[in-house]
Amino acid sequence: MSVRWETEGLQTVGIVCLVIMFLKLMHLLGLIDITETDDSSDSDLELSTVRHQPEGLDQLQAQTKFTRKELQSLYRGFKNECPSGLVDEETFKSIYSQFFPQGDATTYAHFLFNAFDMDRNGSIRFEDFVIGLSVLLRGSVTEKLNWAFNLYDINKDGYITKEEMLAIMKSIYDMMGRYTYPCVRDEAPSEHVDKFFQKMDRNRDGVVTIEEFIETCQKDENIMNSMQLFENVI
Amino acid sequence: MAAGVAAWLPFARAAAIGWMPVANLPMPVAPAEKNKRQDELIILNVSGRRFQTWRNTLDRYPDTLLGSSEKEFFYNEETKEYFFDRDPDVFRSVLNFYRTGKLHYPRYECISSYDEELAFFGIVPEIIGDCCYEEYKDRKRENAERLMDDQEDNKDAKLPNMTFRETMWRAFENPHTSTMALVFYYVTGFFIAVSVITNVVETVPCGSAPNQKEVPCGERYTVAFFCMDTACVMIFTVEYLMRLFAAPSRYRFMRSVMSIIDVVAILPYYIGLVMTDNEDVSGAFVTLRVFRVFRIFKFSRHSQGLRILGYTLKSCASELGFLLFSLTMAIIIFATVMFYAEKGSSSSKFTSIPASFWYTIVTMTTLGYGDMVPKTIAGKIFGSICSLSGVLVIALPVPVIVSNFSRIYHQNQRADKRRAQKVQKARLARIRISKTGSSNAFLHSKRNGLFNEALELTQLPYKMNLSDQGSTEDEKRLSKSTSLLESQHHHLLHCLEKTTNHEFVDEQYYQQSYLEGGLQNYPSRSPSLSSQDGVTGTCCTRRTKKHHTPLPNASAPAHMQPLTHTHTHPQGLQELSTIHIQPLSTSRSSLNMRVDEPAPLNCQSSQITTAIISIPTPPVTTPEGDARLPAGPAHQNVVKVSAL
Repeated sequence: MSVRWETEGLQTVGIVCLVIMFLKLMHLLGLIDITETDDSSDSDLELSTVRHQPEGLDQLQAQTKFTRKELQSLYRGFKNECPSGLVDEETFKSIYSQFFPQGDATTYAHFLFNAFDMDRNGSIRFEDFVIGLSVLLRGSVTEKLNWAFNLYDINKDGYITKEEMLAIMKSIYDMMGRYTYPCVRDEAPSEHVDKFFQKMDRNRDGVVTIEEFIETCQKDENIMNSMQLFENVI
Repeated sequence: MAAGVAAWLPFARAAAIGWMPVANLPMPVAPAEKNKRQDELIILNVSGRRFQTWRNTLDRYPDTLLGSSEKEFFYNEETKEYFFDRDPDVFRSVLNFYRTGKLHYPRYECISSYDEELAFFGIVPEIIGDCCYEEYKDRKRENAERLMDDQEDNKDAKLPNMTFRETMWRAFENPHTSTMALVFYYVTGFFIAVSVITNVVETVPCGSAPNQKEVPCGERYTVAFFCMDTACVMIFTVEYLMRLFAAPSRYRFMRSVMSIIDVVAILPYYIGLVMTDNEDVSGAFVTLRVFRVFRIFKFSRHSQGLRILGYTLKSCASELGFLLFSLTMAIIIFATVMFYAEKGSSSSKFTSIPASFWYTIVTMTTLGYGDMVPKTIAGKIFGSICSLSGVLVIALPVPVIVSNFSRIYHQNQRADKRRAQKVQKARLARIRISKTGSSNAFLHSKRNGLFNEALELTQLPYKMNLSDQGSTEDEKRLSKSTSLLESQHHHLLHCLEKTTNHEFVDEQYYQQSYLEGGLQNYPSRSPSLSSQDGVTGTCCTRRTKKHHTPLPNASAPAHMQPLTHTHTHPQGLQELSTIHIQPLSTSRSSLNMRVDEPAPLNCQSSQITTAIISIPTPPVTTPEGDARLPAGPAHQNVVKVSAL
């Protein structure tokens, strides 16, 4: 009896298989239209057609301290790497990581991206890029220090807390990678943060404000010297 | 570095200001830009076609001709442009490489002319982008095979001073070299045929006496067949022994396929001689006789087509494997289904799943003997699906095998054609010579021949350069002025090191320093600059060597090295934590050259004491100055004090 059921069952299965194959064949030939869901592939196209044209050369010249030729040369490099005129965070991370092959530069690149992306819309336009560069390369020491403070202050509330600094420090140490001499111990970032706070936090309230920061940096010879280091980069 | 990324280097360096407030150590001095000129357009005139580009674009790859000062040799003062007497079409690809960072290989271009252009402009072909790399490699392989065929043909010229053994071996391998060889070749061929036919005829039933059953001829004319067999085996044995004697490498010969076939072909006879009329083993003896049929494979020495077939099958091993695997899968599936489908029907031949295998195989290969036929409806449905899918599964890998076979076959045809053509060319050359009757034409044709050879010779060393980078060409390039871009990138990395107060090292060194963590060594330091340079050089080179894959410019590692040597170091305090033991046996030049050899770095991770040695060192800014520092002090004056 069970054998009979088996064979009948198999018979049914066989017939079902045949019917399905027949339907598929019809669909293939275009005689029937078995509509499927999911046309999501088209939506990807939209993002890539977003383009951005920068403001005119004159406006940028007014906003930054670069000469016309320098702006032209900067834009050429920028456009070469990002033809759409916008850098999104992923591209930014991959570009920045190429300079630090041994370590993981993505976290630091994330912080850097936020520092450059002034209007917080998730992408850096050429204007943001060039204004940021103008501050870094042609700005006064105070402006540069301001920029650095802005970088460290992750939530942009005007205070650098120990957690923020620890995150930044960890990301910097991440860029070194595994193979360093001496080996990076796990406590190294937090020790570095402690040293930093010791130096910067005058009133020992656990946060560093912009005034404390600028004041301390202006008193430190090394930091002042190193700020002038990249004057002639462009 | 990638072309586009190079444009972002100023940005990365500017962003390094973010590390400055955090760093505890002073930063190294930035590399000076000697003559900072505004970016200007330069004109490259390639055989009349003018290309224009920015100077910076070309400077991205400083180890190529266009990126270095080598192009000054081609500068034309009157027209203020760089003139190259090369192919403008290929130059297009070359220039696009500078612009986009990707080298493309155009399909219509001849592979050797493309290679020559790349060699001229100093570009390593390995950096051809993934989109074109397959095509390039395929064409290169084809070309190499063609060249190898040519070389093999040239080898046929008889060399003087060959020993008897070598002559014999050559005679065996190339029968057309001498008459004796040809005779031998045909005689062995004849005997192989005779032997095979004998084996076949042996089993044919000869006419029999009316009252006896039919006997095969072998049993009727035992003596005759035995004599024939003996004669053939004698010839084969002698031939095998002679080959064994003449082979240049006996061990390799014995392992080769042909020799194994030879042995298997003649062994049954000898085994049969040894064990005579022993009833127990006669069964085994019969099995052995089967191996006599392997004599037919000896024909492959005589037939090139057979060899090609064998070679094809060997080269398509993966496709054949896939075919086999997919067939096996399908057989098992369908056999199972058929068995269960047919279980119900009475007197079904599908007694078990292995029994169904036979049906499945016969059906899938569309043989359809008809000895096993499904009777139920389900069985028939699945049986038809089985035969349809069989056709598909078998048809899939077959074109791959066919195309491989055809490629190899055509190559052999080409070799034959070319041999014929060479004769033709030589003939035409001789005609030309006799027509002009002057020595000039002769010299001209000789020069052409030599020129082509010379070109090949210059290609070969270049090709060798690609495999081992420690060659003289690289050395020359390394001693040239280094790229600003590279020095800036290194300065950036050095700033990061200073910020975190750790140094980049390579994996080997890192592991070594942990393996030998016990020993305490206090090095004495030679003049700090050279040793520091040397070691940082190796550390940085290892780093760049290890991770140059994300950077498309494959020649970057070879080039990055001298820059690390010219690395300027902080003028002022140098802490003990950054002191290493100079590797004893490496000199500066060897550090330069051997990128891929691990230098025996003996850096131990010392238990660092808190002593700080301050050595005021003058900052060295010129690369030439460093290059002139002798390598001597680099590996002298190192004293290893063993653990206290």
